[in-house]
Amino acid sequence: MIHHIDVHTVLQRCVCDLYSNLVTRPTGVAVRTGIEQLLAAAPRQPTLTVIDFSNVGLLDYSCADEIVAKLLLQYVGEAGAPEGYFLFRGINDAHADAIEAVLERHGLALVAQRVGDARVHLLGVVDDGERLAWEAIADRGLVSSAELATAACFPVADAAQLLDALYRRRLVMQLDGGYVALGGMQ
Amino acid sequence: MTSVIALPPSLDDQSFEQVLTQLAALPHDARILLDARHARWASPYGLTALLTLAQTRPEPPGFVPPEADDTLSYWARTGFFKQAEPLFEFAKSPPRPRGGSESHVLLEITAIGKPGDVHDVIGRIQERSRAILQGELRLDPRATMGFSMTLSEACQNIVEHAGGSGWVAVQTYKSQRRLGRRVVNIAVCDSGVGFRRSLETVQQARADGRWDDAMALEDAVIRGVSRFRLKDAGRGQGLAGIRRYVGKWDGKLTVRSGTARIGIIPSWDDDTPLVEKLAPFPGAQMQITIPEPAPAAAAASGSASRSAKGAPP
Repeated sequence: MIHHIDVHTVLQRCVCDLYSNLVTRPTGVAVRTGIEQLLAAAPRQPTLTVIDFSNVGLLDYSCADEIVAKLLLQYVGEAGAPEGYFLFRGINDAHADAIEAVLERHGLALVAQRVGDARVHLLGVVDDGERLAWEAIADRGLVSSAELATAACFPVADAAQLLDALYRRRLVMQLDGGYVALGGMQ
Repeated sequence: MTSVIALPPSLDDQSFEQVLTQLAALPHDARILLDARHARWASPYGLTALLTLAQTRPEPPGFVPPEADDTLSYWARTGFFKQAEPLFEFAKSPPRPRGGSESHVLLEITAIGKPGDVHDVIGRIQERSRAILQGELRLDPRATMGFSMTLSEACQNIVEHAGGSGWVAVQTYKSQRRLGRRVVNIAVCDSGVGFRRSLETVQQARADGRWDDAMALEDAVIRGVSRFRLKDAGRGQGLAGIRRYVGKWDGKLTVRSGTARIGIIPSWDDDTPLVEKLAPFPGAQMQITIPEPAPAAAAASGSASRSAKGAPP
């Protein structure tokens, strides 16, 4: 199931209906809280949520940290983290600058669709193996670890490890016994 | 008895130190009068720092405005007198800005005290900054986008850390002495708690027990330390982002707090990166200067050449 959240609408609902820029930390907290409320109201199943920045003007570092990094931090890493996935859409160059900076600070990565580009990309901190594996998955759609091993010339055990790492970082979803890159099955 | 403090003819971040040196020789509760009669020019830093100075005094200082009509008119257009009226005592009503004249004021002096003020500033400046930074200063469009982000983060320093209100101003002018090119200049000044007090609860224990304004500035500006860092690893990114922006576009950043000033100094400037033992001044005063690209760089990027406009009076 794909869930769509327009960040500009959340900003206007939660903070001020005259604002179109995501600036200041309190604004970021309010918008993230608004997004969390929408997520909590969504059906309890692994869900891909499109967080859409298309109508947002400026995104500063404080808001990028509060909205993007702090949202992701709840979902990645430890066992027991909620199973949710995020695709960040409508990201322009200025948004990407702020988002990259906060992802680097926290060692996070995410999947993004840039403005005017339907393809999906990784932003943030990923090592070479993770990037190679993720791009191979994004190119092929649904893959198993054996298929990834063949496609990217990895040993099967390495491919399985990389898929697990990408899954824990919420950069790929588990689907029908295989893995698919976020945004790859829309 | 009232002590008269003479303002220098050109009031910027460097010459403002002369004002503070005169002030440091007086008792804190001394009655003062700022004499701006011979002032001919002031940077955004000079004007916002004057307001900050008034904020630190127990009673409103007297103020004698510049004598030169063009200077008076320019200071009025920057919004200085509008902000100064409740802070200073004027012998007669300060002048009001007159319309119709082309202005180099990108953002008039604006009070910052709460998050909504930052929204208002960013909302007001975006369209105008794009036109002036790309059109007049021939800055790369990416520099224009980062400019608003930098301005936002600089203003948030007041909201998040000062413990009070402050001012921001943005202006373009030709930097005659140092550069010979046009620059855009942001000044953000407050008279709040300053970096040393803000960070003293999270400072690392040092063998010599030293903790002063210069060390606090190094922690904040160079190492990205925030007073919130123990409970939130995401804090401290604002100044780091400003530093990256300034570095990327060959700009200059200085931050003064207490008795020290730290700077990220580009090759076109000969300022000192760290100055200590300055005359004390409460709060924090930040200045960001982004220059018009050098002609060779502009030609290389294919930008159209335009003649630079004159400096403000």
